Amino acid sequence: MAAKPKLHYPNGRGRMESIRWLLAAAGVEFDECFLETKDHLTKLKKDGFLLFQQVPMVEIDGMKMVQTRAILNYIAAKYNLYGKDLKERALIDMYVEGLLDLNELIMHHCIQPADKKEQHLATIEDKATNRYFPVFEKVLKDHGQDFLVGNQFSRADVQLLETILMAEECKPDILAQFPLLQSFKARISNIPTIKKFLQPGSQRKPPLKEEDLPKIMKIFH
Amino acid sequence: MAAKPKLHYPNGRGRMESIRWLLAAAGVEFDECFLETKDHLMKLKKDGFLLFQQVPMVEIDGMKMVQTRAILNYIAAKYNLYGKDLKERALIDMYVEGLFDLNELIMHHCFQPADKKEQHLATIEDKATNRYFPVFEKVLKDHGQDFLVGNQFSRADVQLLETILMAEECKPDILAQFPLLQSFKARISNIPTIKKFLQPGSQRKPPLKEEDLPKIMKIFH
Repeated sequence: MAAKPKLHYPNGRGRMESIRWLLAAAGVEFDECFLETKDHLTKLKKDGFLLFQQVPMVEIDGMKMVQTRAILNYIAAKYNLYGKDLKERALIDMYVEGLLDLNELIMHHCIQPADKKEQHLATIEDKATNRYFPVFEKVLKDHGQDFLVGNQFSRADVQLLETILMAEECKPDILAQFPLLQSFKARISNIPTIKKFLQPGSQRKPPLKEEDLPKIMKIFH
Repeated sequence: MAAKPKLHYPNGRGRMESIRWLLAAAGVEFDECFLETKDHLMKLKKDGFLLFQQVPMVEIDGMKMVQTRAILNYIAAKYNLYGKDLKERALIDMYVEGLFDLNELIMHHCFQPADKKEQHLATIEDKATNRYFPVFEKVLKDHGQDFLVGNQFSRADVQLLETILMAEECKPDILAQFPLLQSFKARISNIPTIKKFLQPGSQRKPPLKEEDLPKIMKIFH
């Protein structure tokens, strides 16, 4: 029996959250080892567990995988969430990469200096509603199917839902102009593995609270 | 006969260069349409050619592909430069993602304000010699093979060579402590498709000159 994947990261979303989403969507149980202190990170480095001295790191199938995208690619391919051929993979990759760009923007919000936070929030809202969400609204409109690619549940759907929910945390009515994304959100949220992950008590992490930021910064700096 | 891929980007390295390298390594001829002005970029956007309003964009196999990693993944898989199975792909992805992080750092050097350039260069040198290059020196040492993964030429080898050469432009003796990377560099440079790409007159782009930076900035801002 293969060991459960084991995630090494602080107890928060950061760059590990998309990985938690994808494992959960695939119905894969996983363990987590939370980095609490700088010493803990230093030990991982000294023990040679972090290829480039960085987390996320996921122990999976005998490997100590690092680099968020490498880990996501592996999980997606292993659990058939990466399309059925090269062309579907190309579409999925394009969609996911665009969403990861928006994610990155949202992720950086908590580390903005106080005098830049409002402007940054405006940027997130602008990019979400003018650059990214229209694309996915149109994709769903054009093919009329339940899932983004190939009429089949894939990592692209998982990533879009994750990103929608994070964007809504920034602006609750951010999907106001996007009826198909609203029904997409409801539909994907209802998939059993996703539904379970969205319930309290799951391994999904809450947004970073301002008071927790110093502790996280201490681990890495 | 399939049309040649067509690359849309300013006449410079930026985020398109890794794509040029990979196509060249695969022996694939490609055309380039250089963005010279902001109007040109606006037209591409207005014509609906850029999924997220951004370049790089590559017309390939009937698709208008965007997002650097999506494009690279597609090319690598199509031309068998992505390993033979999931585990090899995982290694390749880890190595390539690490190298992209270093690439990103090097790419940002030209945008640094004058008073930060020296510090930034020191950071590049530090990361290259202490975080990234030791990893690949060890990989080559441990398996003693010619190529990084699976005893077979892959996108990881192409990416490593590209990054080595860019790092050497920052500091010519940056490989001083890495004998295996030195022989790797010589060996991969000798592969016929790579050798051709390294010759004058190829589609490889030179580093950005300071005087060309304003023109590039005008296109995007």
